[in-house]
Amino acid sequence: MSTPTWKNPIVQWVDHRLPIVTFLDHAIVKYPTPRNLNYWWNFGSLAGVILVVMIGTGIMLAMNYVPHTSMAFDSVERIMRDINYGWLIRYLHVNGGSMFFICVYIHIFRGMYYGSYKEPRELLWIIGIFIFLAMMATAFLGYVLPWGQMSFWGATVITNLFSVVPFFGEAIVQWLWGGFSVDNPTLNKFFSFHYLLPFIIFALVFIHLWALHTHKSSNPLGIEVQGDEDEIPFHPYYTAKDAYGFGVFLIVFLGFTFFAPNFFGEPDNYIEANPLVTPTHIVPEWYFLPFYAILRAVPDNFVDIWGILPVIIPAKTAGVIAMFASILVLLVLPWLDTSKVRSAKFRPTYFWLFWLFFIDTIILGYIGAKPAEGTFLLIGRLATAYYFLHLVIFMPLVGKYEKTKPLPDSISAAVTAGGSDAKEGS
Amino acid sequence: MAETASTAEGAGHESPDDNKRDFLLYSTIAVGAAGTAMAVWPFIDAMNPSKDVLALASTELDISSIEEGQSITAIWRGKPIFVRRRTAKEIEVAQATELKDLPDPEADKDRVKKSQWLVMIGICTHLGCIPLGQKSGDTKGEFGGWFCPCHGSHYDTSGRIRKGPAPKNLAIPPYKFIDDTNILIG
Amino acid sequence: MFKKILIVAFVTMLGAGITGIKSSPVQAAGDVAHPASQEWTTDGLFGFFDRKQLKRGWQVYSEICASCHSVRLLFYRNLQEMGLAAEEVKKIAAEAEVAAGPNEDGETHNDGELIVRPGKAFDKIVSPYPNDLAARAANAGALPPDLSLMTKARVNGANYLHALLTGYKDAPSGFKMSEDMNYNPYFPGSQIAMGEPLSDEGVEYADGTKATVDQMAKDVTAFLIWAAEPELEDRKRMGVKVMLFLIIFTALLYAVKRQVWAKLH
Repeated sequence: MSTPTWKNPIVQWVDHRLPIVTFLDHAIVKYPTPRNLNYWWNFGSLAGVILVVMIGTGIMLAMNYVPHTSMAFDSVERIMRDINYGWLIRYLHVNGGSMFFICVYIHIFRGMYYGSYKEPRELLWIIGIFIFLAMMATAFLGYVLPWGQMSFWGATVITNLFSVVPFFGEAIVQWLWGGFSVDNPTLNKFFSFHYLLPFIIFALVFIHLWALHTHKSSNPLGIEVQGDEDEIPFHPYYTAKDAYGFGVFLIVFLGFTFFAPNFFGEPDNYIEANPLVTPTHIVPEWYFLPFYAILRAVPDNFVDIWGILPVIIPAKTAGVIAMFASILVLLVLPWLDTSKVRSAKFRPTYFWLFWLFFIDTIILGYIGAKPAEGTFLLIGRLATAYYFLHLVIFMPLVGKYEKTKPLPDSISAAVTAGGSDAKEGS
Repeated sequence: MAETASTAEGAGHESPDDNKRDFLLYSTIAVGAAGTAMAVWPFIDAMNPSKDVLALASTELDISSIEEGQSITAIWRGKPIFVRRRTAKEIEVAQATELKDLPDPEADKDRVKKSQWLVMIGICTHLGCIPLGQKSGDTKGEFGGWFCPCHGSHYDTSGRIRKGPAPKNLAIPPYKFIDDTNILIG
Repeated sequence: MFKKILIVAFVTMLGAGITGIKSSPVQAAGDVAHPASQEWTTDGLFGFFDRKQLKRGWQVYSEICASCHSVRLLFYRNLQEMGLAAEEVKKIAAEAEVAAGPNEDGETHNDGELIVRPGKAFDKIVSPYPNDLAARAANAGALPPDLSLMTKARVNGANYLHALLTGYKDAPSGFKMSEDMNYNPYFPGSQIAMGEPLSDEGVEYADGTKATVDQMAKDVTAFLIWAAEPELEDRKRMGVKVMLFLIIFTALLYAVKRQVWAKLH
C-alpha cells in the first residue's frame, strides 16, 4: 500500500520521507472505533494526558529540587515560596499523582466490568498491569523525595519488606539503602529512579497503545465489531468526546489543586524527617491503602490456622507475598475468567460479584488507614480473603456456570434498536 | 490505495447550520488556545529569577571607609564591582582625555555621578576576565587605571579602554547615592 | 430504573466512604479533645488574608513565641509581602544579629565570639537557638518545634492551634501529671511541656485591639496560616478565575461534542 498524497506540499514532502502524518491519520483520525463506547472509555486517554502533565511538572520541579538529606525538605519549601508559581507546579504534581491513580483505577475497573482483558486483548491487559506496577514504584519513590516524616518512615517500612527474601534479604535491603538505614545515598538514588521510571512508563504506554491498535477497542456490549456500520472514525467523534472528558477532568483536578491541595496528603509530611522519632501512625498515600491492608492482614500464627503448610512462614513474609500476589494475580485474570461472554451487561451473576469486589477494595482502602488491631484487623482479614476468593475461586466458577443473557446481534443493531443499554455517545 | 486527505466539510454548500457548527468549533478552539497560553505562562515564569535571587538583586555599599586613591571590590549579582575613590590627579587626567583618542568614545562625566567616585563592573569587555588594578601593588597598565592580564587590555582612570583587544569601556552598573556614604547598586 | 437507584446508592456510599476515610484520620490511642472550629478569613473558596490581623499576629509571635520557637523558612522580606512597609521591615531586620561571614582574614569568630552584623531584608528570620540541641538544653530537654509549617503539619491545623493556645486548664482530679508538664486536653496525651504562653494583655497591640488570650490566639494562628501558606490568597483568587474559565470551556466542549455526535442520526 503506497502512502497517500497530501494536498499541502510541505506536508507531502515530509510525509513522503517520514510518514508521520499518514501514521497519525491512520492512528487518530480515521482509526475505526466502536460507535457505542461510553464515558468509562475516556479514562485511558485521560491517564495518558496526566502522564504528560506529571512529566512536565516533574521536570520543572527538578530544576530546583535538591536530592540531599540536608536540603531536600528546604528545597521543596523554596519551590513553594520563592519560585514564581512554584506552589502551583508542586501542587499540580502532587495532586496530578492522585488523579493519575484515580483514572487508572477506574480504567482497570472498566476493564474488569466489561471483560476488556479477554481474548485477544490479554497482552494489552498484562502490559497495563506492568504500567500500574511502574506507577506504584514511581509514586513510592516520589513520595520519599520531600524528605518529610512520612517520606522517611514509609521508605523505611517498605524497603525493610525486602528482608523477607530468603538468604539474600538483608543484603538486598542494604543494597537498596546504599547503607545501613534509609539515608542520603537512598534519597539520591530514589531521585534518579523517580526521574527515570516515568519514561519507562511512557515506553510501556506506547507498547500498550500498539497492542490496543492491533485489535482495536472493545466496547460496552463486549461483542465483536462485525461491519463498517459498527464503527466510526476516531476523529471527530472520540477526539471531541475525549476533549470534553478532559474538561470535566480539569475541573476536578484543578478544583483540588487550587482549593484543597493537601486533601490527599498527610500532615506529618510537613514535618522534616527525623530518624529518631517515629510518627504514631505510618500511613502510605491513599492509592496504596488497599495493598497496605493486605500486607498487614496476615496473622502471626499463619501456619497454625491453616496447618497445611509444610514450612513455617513468618507473618511478615506471608504479608509481603500476599501483597505482591494481590497485584500479580491480576496478570492471570484473562485466564481466571472462564466466561465466554465479555461484558457484565450480559452476565447477571458476575454483575453482582463485580460490585461486591469493588466494595471490597474500598473496604480494604479504609482499613489500610487504620491501625492493624481489633475490629479493623478482623475486617481487613475478611476483606483480604474475599479479594482472593473473588479472583481465584468465584471468577472461574461463575464464568463456567453462570447463565448469561442473550447477546445482541451486532453493535449497530443494538444501537439502532434504541434502549438505554446501547445508547451511543452515552 | 491512495487517499486524498482533504478536510472539506460539506464541500461548498454552506447552510446556516454549517456556519453555526463552524462558529461553535472556532470559538471553542479560540477559548482553548487562550486557556493553553494562560496555562503555559506559569511554567515559563517559574524559570525567571526567583524571589530569593531577586532579593539579592540590589546591594547596598557603605563607601565611607574608602580612602582617596583606594579601590574596593564588592559583589553584585555575582559580578565584581570596582568602587574607586579617585585622586584629584586621576580625575583631571580622565576629564582631559580627548574623545578622538578613545576606541570607545565616552566622556568621563558620563561615567560618574560624583567625579570622585568611580563605580564599574570589573569584567573585561573582551572575554570576561577580571582586570588588575584594585590593589595598591597591582599593575595599572599604561594609562594608570586597570590592566587585564589575559589578553593585554589597558583601561584608563575612568575605566575606558585605551589599548588592547577589548572593544568597550568597563561597564557602569545602575547605581545611586542613597546619601554621601552609601550607594545602592541595582 | 433499578440501575439508576443502584448508581445513586453506590455514589452515596463512595462519598460516605471517602469522607469517612478523610474525616477520621488515624487517631492516637488516647482520647484527644476535638478542637472547636473557628472562623478564619482564609477559609472557603474566597479566603483572604486580613493584613491587620497578620500584623497583630506577627507582633504576638515576635514578642512572645519567638523566644523559643523559630520560623526558619521565613525571611524578613516575607514580612513585606505580608503587609509591613519596607522601612519597617528594614528596621525589624536590623534589630536582629546575623553571622557576618568570614572577614578578610577568613575568620568567622573574634576571640571565640561570632562576628555579627545587623540583619537585612534578605536574611532568614533569626532563630532563638543555633540548633536543636541548644533548644533542648534551654527547655529541660523539650524541643520547641519550628512554626513555619505548623498549620499544615497538624490535622485541622489552624483550629488545633487556637484550641491548644486557649485550652490550658487544671488537670482533672485523678489525672496523673508528670513533672514539669502542663495539662492541655488538645495535646496528644494531654500533657504538654510548654507552659501557657498567652495571658490577657500579654502584648500591647499597635492598632489598639484588646489583647485577650482568645484574640492573641486567633491573631497568631492567622499569622501562622500565612507563614505556612503565603500563596493562599493568590491561589484561591487564581482558582476562582480558573474554575470559571473551565466551566465555560467545558460547556463549550460539551456543545461541540453534542454537535459532532448529532451527525450520527
